Amino acid sequence: MVAAPEAPERMVGKALKRREDPRLITGGAQFLDDVKLPGMTHAAFVRSPHAHARIASIDASAASSMPGVLGVFAGDDFMDLNPLPAAWQAGGVTNHPVTPRVLAVGEVHQVGDPVAVVVAEDAYQARDAAQAVIVTWDPLPAVVDAKKATEAGAPQLHEEAPNNIVLEWSCGKEADRVDAALAAADVRISHHLINQRLIPTPMEPRGSIARFDPATGDYTLWATSQAPHVHRLLLAAFVFGIPEQKIRVIAPDMGGGFGAKIFVYYDMAATMALSKKLGGRPVKFWEDRSENYMTTTHGRDHITDLEIGAGKDGSITALKVKTWANLGAYFSTIAAGIPTTLYGRMVAGCYKIPNIRVDVVAAYTNTAMVDAYRGAGRPEAAYVIERVCDLVAQATGVDPAEVRRRNFIQPEDFPYDTGVGMLPYDSGNYELTLDKALEQVGYTGLRQEQKRRRGAGERKLLGIGLSSYVEVCGVAPSKWIGLPGEGWGAGLWESANVKVHLTGKVVVTTGSLPHGQGHETSFAQLVSDRLGIPYDDIEIEHSDTQAAPFGFGSYGSRSLSVGGTAIYKSVDKVVTKAMKLAAHMLEAAEDDITFENGVFSVKGSSESSKTIQEVALAAHVGYDLPEGMEPFLDETTYYDPPNCTFPFGTHVCVVEVDTETGGIDMLRYLAVDDVGNVVNPLIVDGQIHGGIAQGLAQAMFEGAVYDDDGQLLTGTLSDYAIPKASQLPWYELDRTVTPTSVNPMGVKGAGEAGTIASTPAVANAVNDAVGHLISGEIAMPFTPERVWRAINAH
Amino acid sequence: MSATASAPVTAISMTVNGKEHSAEVEPRTLLVHFLRDALGLTGTHIGCDTSSCGACVVHLDGDPVKSCTVLAVQADGASITTIEGLAGEDGSLHPVQEGFWEKHGLQCGYCTPGMIMTGAALLERNPHPTEEQIRHELEGNLCRCTGYQNIVRAIQFAAEQSS
Ligand code: FES
Ligand code: FES
Repeated sequence: MVAAPEAPERMVGKALKRREDPRLITGGAQFLDDVKLPGMTHAAFVRSPHAHARIASIDASAASSMPGVLGVFAGDDFMDLNPLPAAWQAGGVTNHPVTPRVLAVGEVHQVGDPVAVVVAEDAYQARDAAQAVIVTWDPLPAVVDAKKATEAGAPQLHEEAPNNIVLEWSCGKEADRVDAALAAADVRISHHLINQRLIPTPMEPRGSIARFDPATGDYTLWATSQAPHVHRLLLAAFVFGIPEQKIRVIAPDMGGGFGAKIFVYYDMAATMALSKKLGGRPVKFWEDRSENYMTTTHGRDHITDLEIGAGKDGSITALKVKTWANLGAYFSTIAAGIPTTLYGRMVAGCYKIPNIRVDVVAAYTNTAMVDAYRGAGRPEAAYVIERVCDLVAQATGVDPAEVRRRNFIQPEDFPYDTGVGMLPYDSGNYELTLDKALEQVGYTGLRQEQKRRRGAGERKLLGIGLSSYVEVCGVAPSKWIGLPGEGWGAGLWESANVKVHLTGKVVVTTGSLPHGQGHETSFAQLVSDRLGIPYDDIEIEHSDTQAAPFGFGSYGSRSLSVGGTAIYKSVDKVVTKAMKLAAHMLEAAEDDITFENGVFSVKGSSESSKTIQEVALAAHVGYDLPEGMEPFLDETTYYDPPNCTFPFGTHVCVVEVDTETGGIDMLRYLAVDDVGNVVNPLIVDGQIHGGIAQGLAQAMFEGAVYDDDGQLLTGTLSDYAIPKASQLPWYELDRTVTPTSVNPMGVKGAGEAGTIASTPAVANAVNDAVGHLISGEIAMPFTPERVWRAINAH
Repeated sequence: MSATASAPVTAISMTVNGKEHSAEVEPRTLLVHFLRDALGLTGTHIGCDTSSCGACVVHLDGDPVKSCTVLAVQADGASITTIEGLAGEDGSLHPVQEGFWEKHGLQCGYCTPGMIMTGAALLERNPHPTEEQIRHELEGNLCRCTGYQNIVRAIQFAAEQSS
């Protein structure tokens, strides 16, 4: 018996500095490129310089005899492996998935397509030899634009996909009904939007290291992976045709992912197969930045036509959206789900739109594959609907804030079905974030100043951009996403195991894994509070398929709401069992036991108590347990949530546009987000900062550019403009808290909110500043030249 | 990078984090590869192939340099400090390291060693930089995760420590 300790400090809600940082700030972390195995060899790929060509011949004779070279292999050497899997096909429609093989065979379809691979003792030798492989090409015409790719006479990429069409999909109301509503509208607007292609650019590129064990036939794959279990499953079941347990996937520390590390890539299968060919010597492939830009997935790339119908009061009465989504040269792992479920079904945003329809055509082109990139579909949706709000404001003369207010789904409407096939939104109070943002930014004053400058004919005009977004996070319910309607074809639950060891120390093993989000800190905070065990006594393990039960991975802002809930529920199970044991130890009825701050006490008797550590010890030694109880506090949960979560907020961007130079100064950037309850505000704010930076960068700086022949013109970090410190503003953050009832913690997700909200906030600000001087839309990114040309077009 | 029989090699020696190292390297060996592969100092990262990202910044005779843009043979005779050598011998963190931890100046941590080395060099030259100066000095260091605000705060925090 012990005296009840003082109530420990609550960890959840505390801005704790991260426990993962010490290794990262001292150079002690282990990223993939830092993994060094005995006997490790190095792979270098021979790549296509053409966007579309037939491979006439490959001559590896010179390369094969170069120093250190262990082997040169071409596509034919990997024909025993299946093409990479298409894991998410759009639901309810015919898809024409053509996925890449380990190496291209016969024909290449994008610049950078690998056609041969050299393995050598060191990386310099592998590169030397790769350069000495002589490939003869028969170039073919290329197409890089999704809309042009579907037109008559366009170069054809794949026989299996006539007219380069991957899929045609739609959601929402019948076309006739929407057309009728458009015809009946007071105000009608036709508009054209381009959501340009982006390159995710985690600062750490991708790579794989594989080791085959000839004695057991097992493979170990170290990979830059946001989803090790899924990679194991897909590689085993679809590519290699071997049982899952023959592959172990380990994701070391990861230098960002932003979606690009969710997918199965050629080099994973290549290094595995090569290690086997070399009798078990480990094989490493580490892409350089140029290879990353050519062959790791890109994001966005939508061309959209809009038909908008609105009332004079600013109500949006009809919206018809037609989008051409560029999926690149092949079908990447979950490519089809992005422009359909995650885009089309979110186009309604936070608004009640009675007549809404989205049609999507996804096309192959001779460009890098496009798949999920931070936000994945929702940024594209937010860009459409938030531009729609401002277009309606412009056409009706109703203030943009008022247009939003007039169309918002109201707090009492939840759960709310937007009519486009998304699950019902869980909870929200959109007006609250809008009001807070407007007040903090001083909206009325800004509008007056804007008017004054215009009236005075000043050179520098003010623009105020609003973006009231809602997104879908914690994408999971298996019975929704897994069904043919959404086409995912698998579950999206998460698992967690919690063990309280004899010493009272806790080990949590989770299927979710971090690549910068601080899971080790947030998860430990959560467990510490629930178990009343000191934070420092809690260890979070992740990223190894051999350790964790299973996990679908970290993306879609789902780790805390889905993976965290699995932990939460495992902790509950531990407490339930410990409660039984405590009752036994205290010789009391279970109903009479309370659990608080890590102590089990008998109600009404402050003397009779046991700490959870004492109970853990008793459970472990196991010699005095209640009848039928198994030893050890060790519980596992497989958690499948009943719904997704829908975080929201309002961002405001204030810009000053110099009408003589086209230059833009960002004066303010203010964000009011509602991500539900917050476990660690420091981490959540960090996620919002980074998210804003990426979305803002789309509006201001970034864009992947291919020429008409399919050459990537932005192929290095000196050509592709990810923002620098001097180019970004100070972010002013605030939040409201509207918990969700979807999970017991009331958390929603914060990883992508900033990216989703910020692109339209900036786009609206720039258009707000100079919209009256231009016709049509200035295409992103808003470089001074583009802005100047738009202003001076007539 | 290991040398091979057929490749000519050059003998070099340098002091890295206070320790003497001698080796034979191919003349084309980049300093970053020498540090990472020959010396096992993997805290210095590689994020690009165009001298753009700064993940590889180390101090060469006290100056911050991009070690992907220096040949190992050019560093012959030099004194190098990498992220592994920045903390005190007793393990006490450098104020810039403290700042990054304290102010959440890192997320994935891949850019961080380069950022910290650049930040430390900045404070050597200019112990009390303005926000604008900090942002300007980080011109050659890219971070994709943080949006830079907390990196600015981290360096400001370090500057305040040395007042
Ligand atoms: S690795 Fe990018 S600048 Fe050195
Ligand atoms: S913390 Fe990830 S790139 Fe800077």
